[in-house]
Amino acid sequence: MSTQKPILQMKQIHKRFPGVKALSNVNLRLFPGEVHALMGENGAGKSTLIKVLTGVYSIDEGSVEMEEAPISVQSPLESQAAGISTVYQEVNLCPNLTVAENIFIGREPRKFGRILWKEMNKRAQEILSERLNLQIDVTEPLYMYSVAVQQLVAIARALNISAKVLILDEPTSSLDKNEVQQLFRIMEKLKQDGLAILFVTHFLDQMYEISDRVTILRNGEFVGEYMAKDLPRLDLVLKMIGKELNLLEELPSLAEEYKDSLGEELVKADGLGRKGAIEPFDLSIHKGEVVGLAGLLGSGRTEAARLFFGADKPDSGKLIFSGRSEGVHTPREAIGRRIAFCSENRKTEGIIGDLTVRENIILALQAKQGVFRTISRKQQEEYADEYIRMLNINPPSPDHLIKNLSGGNQQKVLLARWLLTSPQLFILDEPTRGIDIGAKAEIQKLVLSLSRQGMSFLFISSELEEVLRVSGRIAILRDRHKVKEISGKDMSQHQIMQAIAGG
Amino acid sequence: MSLNRKYIPIVVTILLFLLMFTAGSFRYTGFFSLQVLMNLLIDNAFLLITAVGMSFVILSGGIDLSVGSIIALSTMVSASLVQQHGWSPAVVIPLVLLMGAAFGCGMGAIIHYFKIQPFIVTLAGMFMARGLCYVISIDTITIDNPFYTSVAQTKIALPGGSFISISAIIALIIAALAIFIAHYTRFGRNVYALGGSEQSSLLMGLPVARTKVLVYTLSGLCSALAGIVFTFYMLSGYGLHAVGFELDTIAAVVIGGTLLTGGVGYVLGTFFGVLIQGVIQTIISFEGTLSSWWTKIVIGLLLFVFILLQRVLSANRSSLKQ
Amino acid sequence: MGKLYKHHLFWPLCILAALLLFNLFYSPDFFSITMHDGHLYGSLIDILNFGAPLILVAIGMTLVVATKGIDLSVGSIVAISGALACLTISKGTDQNALGLIVISILLAVGLSVLLGAWNGLLVSVAGIQPIIATLILMVAGRGIAQLVTGGQIITVSSSKYSYIGSGALATLPFSIFVVVLMLIVALLLTRKTSLGLFIESVGCNPTASLMAGIRANWVILSVYVFCGVCAGIAGLILSSNVSSADGNNAGLWYELDAILAVVIGGTSLNGGRFYLTGTVIGALIIQTLTTTIYMIGVPPEITLVVKSFVVLAVCLIQSDSFRAAIFYRWKTRHYPGEKESIRHVS
Repeated sequence: MSTQKPILQMKQIHKRFPGVKALSNVNLRLFPGEVHALMGENGAGKSTLIKVLTGVYSIDEGSVEMEEAPISVQSPLESQAAGISTVYQEVNLCPNLTVAENIFIGREPRKFGRILWKEMNKRAQEILSERLNLQIDVTEPLYMYSVAVQQLVAIARALNISAKVLILDEPTSSLDKNEVQQLFRIMEKLKQDGLAILFVTHFLDQMYEISDRVTILRNGEFVGEYMAKDLPRLDLVLKMIGKELNLLEELPSLAEEYKDSLGEELVKADGLGRKGAIEPFDLSIHKGEVVGLAGLLGSGRTEAARLFFGADKPDSGKLIFSGRSEGVHTPREAIGRRIAFCSENRKTEGIIGDLTVRENIILALQAKQGVFRTISRKQQEEYADEYIRMLNINPPSPDHLIKNLSGGNQQKVLLARWLLTSPQLFILDEPTRGIDIGAKAEIQKLVLSLSRQGMSFLFISSELEEVLRVSGRIAILRDRHKVKEISGKDMSQHQIMQAIAGG
Repeated sequence: MSLNRKYIPIVVTILLFLLMFTAGSFRYTGFFSLQVLMNLLIDNAFLLITAVGMSFVILSGGIDLSVGSIIALSTMVSASLVQQHGWSPAVVIPLVLLMGAAFGCGMGAIIHYFKIQPFIVTLAGMFMARGLCYVISIDTITIDNPFYTSVAQTKIALPGGSFISISAIIALIIAALAIFIAHYTRFGRNVYALGGSEQSSLLMGLPVARTKVLVYTLSGLCSALAGIVFTFYMLSGYGLHAVGFELDTIAAVVIGGTLLTGGVGYVLGTFFGVLIQGVIQTIISFEGTLSSWWTKIVIGLLLFVFILLQRVLSANRSSLKQ
Repeated sequence: MGKLYKHHLFWPLCILAALLLFNLFYSPDFFSITMHDGHLYGSLIDILNFGAPLILVAIGMTLVVATKGIDLSVGSIVAISGALACLTISKGTDQNALGLIVISILLAVGLSVLLGAWNGLLVSVAGIQPIIATLILMVAGRGIAQLVTGGQIITVSSSKYSYIGSGALATLPFSIFVVVLMLIVALLLTRKTSLGLFIESVGCNPTASLMAGIRANWVILSVYVFCGVCAGIAGLILSSNVSSADGNNAGLWYELDAILAVVIGGTSLNGGRFYLTGTVIGALIIQTLTTTIYMIGVPPEITLVVKSFVVLAVCLIQSDSFRAAIFYRWKTRHYPGEKESIRHVS
């Protein structure tokens, strides 16, 4: 296969957003008849690269070549015309239209401007059955079918545009096991047909099962291109996370000193799970303990945390608070049980952009107290000043709109919001993402000092050092399963990496 | 699956119409006749034409509040030009249609390019068209132009001793044309796609901007045509014509089974939605003791039932996706 | 100075001042106020008096708009409330009995609470879009109002009832005091309790508000109820002013004027921050405009054209795309999603 020429080449791609370097010097080669995996952690630049390739974003520097001839991809249409088709993570079709229409819309067979429905339905049926082995009624609206089938319809649409390159952007993230196998069989078939498939995923097992070649990105930079079969799992994880094996010295853990003295059990998840999000798992958290959740993106870290907070409803298992089984159905109930949750989606689930720093800080406490027990303006200002000083929030003015603050400072405001409710259990989902190093260290120190005072934490982070540094115990997730729990001397990056890599 | 889910709202609409018509026929003598049926069309021709345009707007996920005002403006412009300036109807009618289309086109462009909610833009359009009527004249302008009066009085005889008006025929042609456009042309399907998901439509490479602007243009055009038909019906131009008409139109479309959030529905449903409104009025007038405001209450009730029905159906729909 | 310019009341006040200034030159009579048997008369007083119902409705609408909602049914509620009050009074033997007046007012306001709650439940519990949910009552409400009045205009001859809309207290129209009272209630509710904070929070980011433990459904329900009450009281003032109730025409177009007042007052239709005083000024602007057009002898219906331009202008100014179109017209090519992402990153 290596003798073949790549059908599509992206060379030295650079892409900048104001203040952020999204891609620098990234290369990508796709070969016909191959499945090429694109891997990387959050913020690695996978989706930016795809958007550049499909003409959704412009390219700052670099070139794209199709069959050795440079092409321009300045709009989704241009990219499609060049033979690049994309199936996005959230299926981008119209659920209200029929299956056949979704495949053909924009290119319906017509005669004198009149759409030939019979012809269209027949051809849709043909494409689905011949190329994708799918027998469904194409005259039904798309919403009647499962996400898996919708995904296949999206692929059919892509194929119908006579694609040479098919991009599958995390196609498996909402499919169950059988559906994934069905998709893989189809990918095998398309591969035989000579298509080049770019497969974006964060599931290691799936990558190894289907891919021939893999390109790894990290922080917007090109790490390397490898043949999948020659790349050991551990190496893959190391390259994604960005560590050389020999550099993996055991870091002195700040957590060492206190982790022997466990308090009483605060809350326990007993077989807690939610279909399509996280398989049932057990996890107990003790008073004053910091429990880390480690795992790759999409391993079910956030999903597990949301179940603790009542942000999603579990469909199996229960939460046990100091021996008593009780449900937590809404965030409000969770807050009543003195649980706090700092979401990783700061913009959509955290800040209230048009309100001031002060208002954002007191919001959760005020909500807890109800409408009429209003926190006086003076008290509000005292709280705000206290936390602005304690967390070093910059600019140190409580009356700035929070949307005008930097990410790190927004994060600190959200921490302040929850600390003000004096939680027993504080769930932190990626609290340090997108924050400069100084602020990172401050947040880590804060977690440790609060845990010494008896607050418990569930700490989620993609950065292993960070998890290791603050946690007394670490639960490791892989592909939506809790695979291992380690504590004390067993805790090392190596251990965690191996558990994450699995296999 | 005996009854396809996607047909539930329209089947409910048609059954409701038949039920009402049958009930009326049993209760009142002289109700069950072809002429009563024809009168439904004659009296609601302009509603049907407007509702057809509105169907496209709502299918695309928007709303148009300006239709009633554009009707009034059309009657006003027609009356003023024909009556006061002595222009020929052959010039005036195309001009009025062009004006309606241009008005709609302008609103569509503002909605699309400046991303302002359709609700507020067409609200401004509603104010403007209504106000322009008064710029022309505060008072009613009666039309006695021979063309208009003859069109108004022409009755086309149908077998069985009943008759139908020219306006009703225009309305039927428009409805048939709209059904073809909605289901057999790319523009029609793009409207559905746009109502289903604007983002998907963009990513699938559909001409979103053109479709959106065209939809409002079409609605403006239909309203202007309805205005002309309304002129035949009233033989006058007046700034207070068709006040609150946008609500009747929206109600007709929703009762016709079109989802107010866009993407789902049929022009044929709208046709029956208009007929249902007509039947309600007819029943109330046959009843004699019931007053006209019951029409509004019943329509409000039907609106509620249909909106709730849609809500339940779409809730099922999203649970199916899980 | 720079701060003054940025204050949210700056532009509304400027428009109001400009309108008044125009009147000062064009019709000097505008500012003359005379005294007749303990009542003050004059254009300025008229603006306050006739503007009172609109201000009330707009105050209620402001809170609804702040939750990213809209209430189209206020005009119908105005009609229903006035109709019910007038009907109750007209059925009484002594139309001037204080007890009867109080009962009729309570009935009307009580019904408005129910109607507001109906809207609120459809939006919060049933999860129907506000425009659609309130459309139902907008259509049916007119019918209900006519049902109450029996399709006729009910006239009452009760001097006590007409005091609400045309009586004078300390030489000023009584309706002004009602408006001030409701404004104070609204300000107290939103600024002295944390309801205002919750309304802004829910309007700005519903998901984040839920995650912070706010009961969004209750907040939404309460604003629609409050809006219903405001419309109900406005209906009382309006019907009392003319001592009659007209189910067909009372409160016609009020929903639109109220929304316009809210928008002029600086509250965005996208929800979030709201400005009650801004709304009051917005409503005064609309009323002044109407009066001005009356005074300069142009047919009052032409106000509509002016209003339409004001709506468009205000919305265009609030539109990001419009500003972007003006500032970046030449610089950028169209990459869908690019502008979006730039806005997210920065």
